Amino acid sequence: MEKILSVENLRVSFNTYAGEVRAVRGVDFNLHAGETLAFVGESGCGKTVTAKAIMRLLKEDIADIKKDSKIIYKGKDVLKMSKKELQAYRGDEVGMIFQDPMSSLNPTMTCGNQIMESLILHRDLDKKEARQEALKMLKLVKIPDAEKRLDSYPHELSGGMRQRIMIAIALACNPSVLIADEPTTALDVTIQAQIMDLLNELKHELNMAIILVTHDLGVVANFADKIQVMYAGQVIERGTIDEIFSAPKHPYTWALLKSVPKLSNENKQELYALEGTPPDLILPLKHCPFAKRCKYGMKICHEIMPDATNMTGSHEVSCWLMHPDAPKIEADFHEEVK
Amino acid sequence: MSENILEVKNLSKSFQVGKNLYLKAVDDVSFTIKKGETLGLVGESGCGKTTCGRTVLKLYEPTAGEIKFNGVNIEKLKGKNMLNFKKNAQMIFQDPTSSLNPRMTIFEIIAEGLNVHFNLSKEEKNKMVKEILFQVGLSDSFGNRFAHELSGGQKQRVGIARSLIVNPELIVCDEPISALDVSIQAQIVNLLIKLQKEKNLTYLFISHDLSMVKHISDRIGVMYLGSIFELATSEELFNNTLNPYTKALLSAIPDAEPNADKNNDRIKIKGEVPSPINQPKGCKFSTRCEYATEECHKSRPELVEAKPGHFVACHNYKQFL
Repeated sequence: MEKILSVENLRVSFNTYAGEVRAVRGVDFNLHAGETLAFVGESGCGKTVTAKAIMRLLKEDIADIKKDSKIIYKGKDVLKMSKKELQAYRGDEVGMIFQDPMSSLNPTMTCGNQIMESLILHRDLDKKEARQEALKMLKLVKIPDAEKRLDSYPHELSGGMRQRIMIAIALACNPSVLIADEPTTALDVTIQAQIMDLLNELKHELNMAIILVTHDLGVVANFADKIQVMYAGQVIERGTIDEIFSAPKHPYTWALLKSVPKLSNENKQELYALEGTPPDLILPLKHCPFAKRCKYGMKICHEIMPDATNMTGSHEVSCWLMHPDAPKIEADFHEEVK
Repeated sequence: MSENILEVKNLSKSFQVGKNLYLKAVDDVSFTIKKGETLGLVGESGCGKTTCGRTVLKLYEPTAGEIKFNGVNIEKLKGKNMLNFKKNAQMIFQDPTSSLNPRMTIFEIIAEGLNVHFNLSKEEKNKMVKEILFQVGLSDSFGNRFAHELSGGQKQRVGIARSLIVNPELIVCDEPISALDVSIQAQIVNLLIKLQKEKNLTYLFISHDLSMVKHISDRIGVMYLGSIFELATSEELFNNTLNPYTKALLSAIPDAEPNADKNNDRIKIKGEVPSPINQPKGCKFSTRCEYATEECHKSRPELVEAKPGHFVACHNYKQFL
């Protein structure tokens, strides 16, 4: 598989009155054509900031992307692109679906015009051709009465329909990478299933790579190929979907998996709840960020940051428990809690 | 566990949205909740679950129907009796941020109910607030803070503390966890279950998260376009589903366990929910239902007891028995 996007040591800080908030602390990953990579983690763990950094959507006066960070897209460093190159990169090469379909569409433009906008800009189509193309996109995302909907305004559509318009806009120029930032969080389960099936279909049809940002493990289990679990701005575990769901190694991943109620669970059985809250991102954190909440925390966990240990080719874990000298601990991610 | 704390009969609530144009948010809904029980209400957004919960608490005036709380019709309650009802039936709101007054300290927010319903001295109030903060897992130093200083999970705990302090019998939980992270959701749900056991509370638990509802509820009602489509114990509802809509809804839940035959057995519902202003003539789901017959398009099915304790509104439920 062809590698299309690679991120190396991405570090992003926000300068606030309270101090420097280090939102992303050295994230790296590779994305190949045709695969779906999921970012999973609690709110504030840096998933969305990473996604936005890839799109260069962070405001430069507030967000400080550190000098040695690299985002390489097909051999070019996105962080060093000129304004003109960025124009060609955004929308044309990488598309993004935003979390909230209600507030991410322009309320004063018809849906058709919003889809045509990027087509006219990137593809040099005239209005008529762009309209034809937009119509095709609406049909692709399975909007009924596509012709009529081209002239509808966003407020005339339901949440699920608006999310489809967003997908149509993101896909209009056939991007090689699609970043979907919580594409279904604002939607109902039945609509969520429709949208995720649609994304899956389009992925195969267009051979796109998808970055799926979500905190819904159910969605991830059903639609992703690879997962990277993030905590406090760092990737703490990554692997294929089978590796993460059937043989997770990091205590935080265990906790995440355990806290979701399974449909097979007994009624009113106590759910596993992870105590405490994630660390304050203003702190420099020289040690494992999860150490404070970790049941298996050792002395070293509070002192030194663990390196990523490679389990198999694709499975990497950053945890001191992986050290040969560490005590062997049974993974307890589906242990029944009494 | 036998006595019905809440009886709702043929409850309807419409909102006027234009000249002679009414939105039927809740349409002829009947259910009962026993003391100490949890009834879950699920459905897609716009199906009337929240309106139903609010009408039950008289936050909305019902258009038609009867609500009995401990055997007393609440429509005619006035003055002291009404106040007493409001003390006994409390609500936890969906959005923990916008439901706490940003200009009041947590202590003031929690103690507000005490000021209304009880006549207590300062010391007694202090003691009670401290106690309730402890019960919901917050230290008493939180009393002096403001809502913006708290995290989402902590705010929701304050919301729970505020409703609990007046010692209610019934709590309507309107999507209490949907604004929270997975790991925090588990904390709050555990807290709700623990408090229910300790205080013999009754919950009406409104949510669109089916796996969470299954987890916490004794019985579940499935709503679609303002009507209850199916009502049964959670085991029964998940194992012997009788309504095609419930079937589709349940199969759309992505379970957090990747399986080999991904996506294969998912029932896909076509199209979208019809507008609640202009509802289909027959069964409300008939426009999207794959089992729809002619009868479904013509007449609306009633909620009937298909098996003991299992109610369903569908003309064709017999084929799923």
